[in-house]
Amino acid sequence: MEVAITVNGQAERHDVEPRTLLVHYLREECHRTGTKVGCDTSSCGACTVLLDGESVKSCTMLAVQADGATVTTIEGLAPGDELHPVQQAFQDHHALQCGFCTAGMVMAAVSLLEEIPEPTERDVRLGLEGNLCRCTGYHNIVAAVLAAGAKR
Amino acid sequence: MIPAPFDYVRAGSADEVVGALAEHGDEAKILAGGMSLLPLMKLRLATPSVLVDAARIPELSYLRDDGDHVAIGALTRHRDLETSDLLGAECGVLRAVAAQVGDNQVRHRGTLGGSVAHGDPASDLPAALLALDATFVVQGPGGERTVSAADFFLGFLETALAPDELLTEVRVPKTGSSGFSYQKFNRRAQDWATVGAVAVRNGSTRVALVNMGSTPVRARGVEDALASGASIADAAAHAADGTEPPSDLNASPEFRGHLARVLVGRALTEAQA
Ligand SMILES: Cc1cc2nc3c(=O)[nH]c(=O)nc-3n(C[C@H](O)[C@H](O)[C@H](O)COP(=O)(O)OP(=O)(O)OC[C@H]3O[C@@H](n4cnc5c(N)ncnc54)[C@H](O)[C@@H]3O)c2cc1C
Ligand code: FES
Ligand code: FES
Repeated sequence: MEVAITVNGQAERHDVEPRTLLVHYLREECHRTGTKVGCDTSSCGACTVLLDGESVKSCTMLAVQADGATVTTIEGLAPGDELHPVQQAFQDHHALQCGFCTAGMVMAAVSLLEEIPEPTERDVRLGLEGNLCRCTGYHNIVAAVLAAGAKR
Repeated sequence: MIPAPFDYVRAGSADEVVGALAEHGDEAKILAGGMSLLPLMKLRLATPSVLVDAARIPELSYLRDDGDHVAIGALTRHRDLETSDLLGAECGVLRAVAAQVGDNQVRHRGTLGGSVAHGDPASDLPAALLALDATFVVQGPGGERTVSAADFFLGFLETALAPDELLTEVRVPKTGSSGFSYQKFNRRAQDWATVGAVAVRNGSTRVALVNMGSTPVRARGVEDALASGASIADAAAHAADGTEPPSDLNASPEFRGHLARVLVGRALTEAQA
């Protein structure tokens, strides 16, 4: 089945099986490998992308469900050489160690800040509950998201 | 993990869904948000040969003031419930419960109808709808029928829906913006409730429990005790009466009974405040 998705502003059109997961469409058809597969069981959020601006777990969605939609991956956040404010805040606050959760974490944070522009610490912790990090203990991730929120 | 192959049908209307189900028989499954169905298909615990995608039917996604009740389209997402001013004013409990389902990503995709149709006793919204005495509107090949929440949940992942029927609407009575509580106990972020307790006070007090049996259940012992004038503490002691709570990695039946009594006590206290 042909699936047309605007990925990071670029029109993509690929013939895929209906059972193709969105994350595999992005990684294998569109060659955007910034989005990671962590748990593959809807729990960890490493695969989080924006679907029409809202965070979704791309391992738990079919590409056909996103047909006609707009998807943003980590590669599409910063249009030029300058980092997106949330990416910059992650760097400034040392909000990653191994980095495997980071793409999903940043996308979830971008979506959260769209919905709650100036979140409290509780808002951030609850808002990121769908994203697991095995390294950082979350402290610096929360600090980065709060800082990015305060800068908006 | 990739689901087994299937044919994909995108329905443009409720009639098209029902038509596709009639055509493909019980090999077909409705796809709404996919938050329960896709994980099962990835594990190949579900292998439907046809998926009928109902998620893009605008006429099934709405919140509407219908006089004495709020009518909610079955394809309305949890996110739309938790941000609805109408629901906040007229049936605050449902809005509050929707906000506790899973995580943001799940609530951006999952739907009220999917939560109800899945029939998982560990889900939050079905218990709230049971406490609210909600009504479900169902469309099938023979036309439309309504089912009360009390008659809807039949067993573990089993409901009154026939394989060729589509849940189209949920009707909740107007219980106001306050006088309710949802107490959800879980051990991990984003997780299902080990046990949950919903209390709704609107004249009488109604209480329903999450994950205390093979279906969501009303805590009748608590409701009766309150009706005959018992204190919150005395009423809450009846929370687990007559229940058959499951045993799993998270909790034994005894611990679930204890949780039910504690959570119902908290829910009643908060709902009376
Ligand atoms: C990580 C994670 C955490 C979660 N945590 C929670 C939680 O804490 N609490 C909770 O309650 N839930 C939780 N869920 C489940 C979530 O609430 C689902 O959104 C919901 O159970 C199913 O809704 P859906 O729209 O995604 O349905 P789908 O997955 O698309 O469908 C579920 C079932 O219902 C059927 N169906 C769907 N819509 C209809 C309809 N209109 N008519 C007839 N049949 C229909 C489908 O055929 C399927 O059998 C979680 C899910 C995930 C992935
Ligand atoms: S890989 Fe999608 S949630 Fe973990
Ligand atoms: S930085 Fe390693 S998992 Fe988050």
